[in-house]
Amino acid sequence: MNSATTGTLASGRRSFDSRWTKLLIIWAVLLLAPLWLPLLGGYTALAGRVLVLGLAAMSFNLLLGFTGVMSFGHAAYFGLGAYGAGLTLKFLAASTPLALLMGTLLGGVAGAIVGLFIARRRGVYFAMATVAFGQIGFYIAYTWNDFTGGYDGLRGFSREPLHLGFTTIDIANNGTLFYYFLLFVFGLAVAAQGLMLASPFGRTLLAIRENERRARFLGIPIERHIWLSFTISCFFTGLAGSLYALLNNFADPMAMHYSLSGEIVIMAVMGGMRAFWGPLVGAAVFVVLQDYISSMTVNWMSFVGLLFVLVVLFFPRGLLGMLQRRGAE
Amino acid sequence: MLQVVLFNVTNGLIIGAFYVLMALGLSLILNLSNVINFAHGNFLALGGYTAFVLTPYIGFWGALLVSPLITAVLGLIIERLMIQRVYNRDPVYSLLLTFGLAFIIQDVCRYVFGPNGLPLGVPDAMAAPLSSDLFFITWYRIFNVAVVIIAVSGLFAFLRFTRVGVRIRAGTLDLETVAALGVNVRFLRSFNFGLGCLLAGLAGVLAGGQIGLNPNMGDDLLMPSFIAIIVGGVGSLTGTLIGGLLIGVAAALTTVVWPSGSEAVIYIIMAVVLILRPRGLMGEEGMLT
Repeated sequence: MNSATTGTLASGRRSFDSRWTKLLIIWAVLLLAPLWLPLLGGYTALAGRVLVLGLAAMSFNLLLGFTGVMSFGHAAYFGLGAYGAGLTLKFLAASTPLALLMGTLLGGVAGAIVGLFIARRRGVYFAMATVAFGQIGFYIAYTWNDFTGGYDGLRGFSREPLHLGFTTIDIANNGTLFYYFLLFVFGLAVAAQGLMLASPFGRTLLAIRENERRARFLGIPIERHIWLSFTISCFFTGLAGSLYALLNNFADPMAMHYSLSGEIVIMAVMGGMRAFWGPLVGAAVFVVLQDYISSMTVNWMSFVGLLFVLVVLFFPRGLLGMLQRRGAE
Repeated sequence: MLQVVLFNVTNGLIIGAFYVLMALGLSLILNLSNVINFAHGNFLALGGYTAFVLTPYIGFWGALLVSPLITAVLGLIIERLMIQRVYNRDPVYSLLLTFGLAFIIQDVCRYVFGPNGLPLGVPDAMAAPLSSDLFFITWYRIFNVAVVIIAVSGLFAFLRFTRVGVRIRAGTLDLETVAALGVNVRFLRSFNFGLGCLLAGLAGVLAGGQIGLNPNMGDDLLMPSFIAIIVGGVGSLTGTLIGGLLIGVAAALTTVVWPSGSEAVIYIIMAVVLILRPRGLMGEEGMLT
């Protein structure tokens, strides 16, 4: 699943082995996070943040890395997911799975509608249209005080324990259990993404990324594929957003602001947008750096900006991109 | 009622004028260099703060002339040092770069000038209203609109009648051919970027006198400017001009009947235009796709 999506041409037994080694390392690190993280001075909620933003960045990267179109408005679907989950818990029913479902649907359906407007646009114009449409969500969350809590954000809801019939898993109060719940949902979503990218549909997206004109000549309906890719990406981003609301028991309008869209893009690029796991690595680096810097100085925005500039000027391939290249040489 | 409508129409025209200055600069850079300058609103703030620093020494009028030039020079330096390096790479990099620059400039402004608003003093004569009936229109507002009209006419004349201007327009259509004809594209792009920043700086001084200065004063103007470009049609400066005025006035008129919907109407206009005429009001066929 992995090297099929990274586009490396290495074949045969070796790549099969290295693919499984890589998966093993990633999942070992993620599964054991509650054990090793406190030793390094981290905390489990931070690991949860990495998973959530990592899922958002990986979902975003279905577009940038694997379809070749650039959305700068993904915070909108992330934020809609968060508000969808929060509002469900607050007004509809005290059920965590239902909240996830509603958040995902809200983000995904909004993405499907916006996608209709923008699927014909390309390059920076696609990016510009996604930013402008994305801000609609921010504007609504910001203005509709009674319903969304306005500038202060949506409060007054909390995640509920999972009732499985024979047992109850208390993810509401036990942080470690909640981390494993996040990891479970993350794993399902990422597996679905990997399978999608390995399918003929995913291969078609790669073809569009590599050469849109040639793909069109082969009879591939480009607009429909880009719309589908955008919509799927938004569904997953909405899921990440719902998890974010559960993680914080809070949804704020800044989760919809275009500056978060930019941060999602930088996570994907910093980790390596051509690598399947790149965005997760980027998210980990970004979240940890942001946590560390914002505890050190009030001018953390400058440092985040500097990170953007340094990555663009000196590490455009991203961390995994550089590793891959070194491995190829 | 008439007064309320008149008040909001003039308000809309003035806000629209700021949108136009912002959006024209963005549009220039977008059309020629294929870069969305997310830091454009921060160049606007830089222009305003420069005027704030200079006003005690050279007065408002001096600052009005000098600050945009200083903003343009700052823009040129940043373009030369950083943005120029990513022109030939995937557009995602130029977007991320200007995004990061926006963060940095905003934070620097906050660090140097403080997070709270600062007033930019305008001459007393300008702060006076036109008459007691038209108490809501100060001379400064009229002056704002006049300056924007002069600046925009100047820009269009420049693009039409000077050699560099013609080259910029030609480069918008086909930069490769322009380069093949021996034009120094590196210079052209830098100059064009500086020109965009000049307009942002001018908008910053004018806006500073109107609404005061704060570190994120440009952010509120950035999104409407994007929409002005999309509505007007990518690739057409005239379209950007019309788009900016249209959404400015529409937003202000909405304020009369539905105060909290002034921003909603901007997005509605964008959606309607994209449905009825996907390339924008004045956009060239194929420029958007």
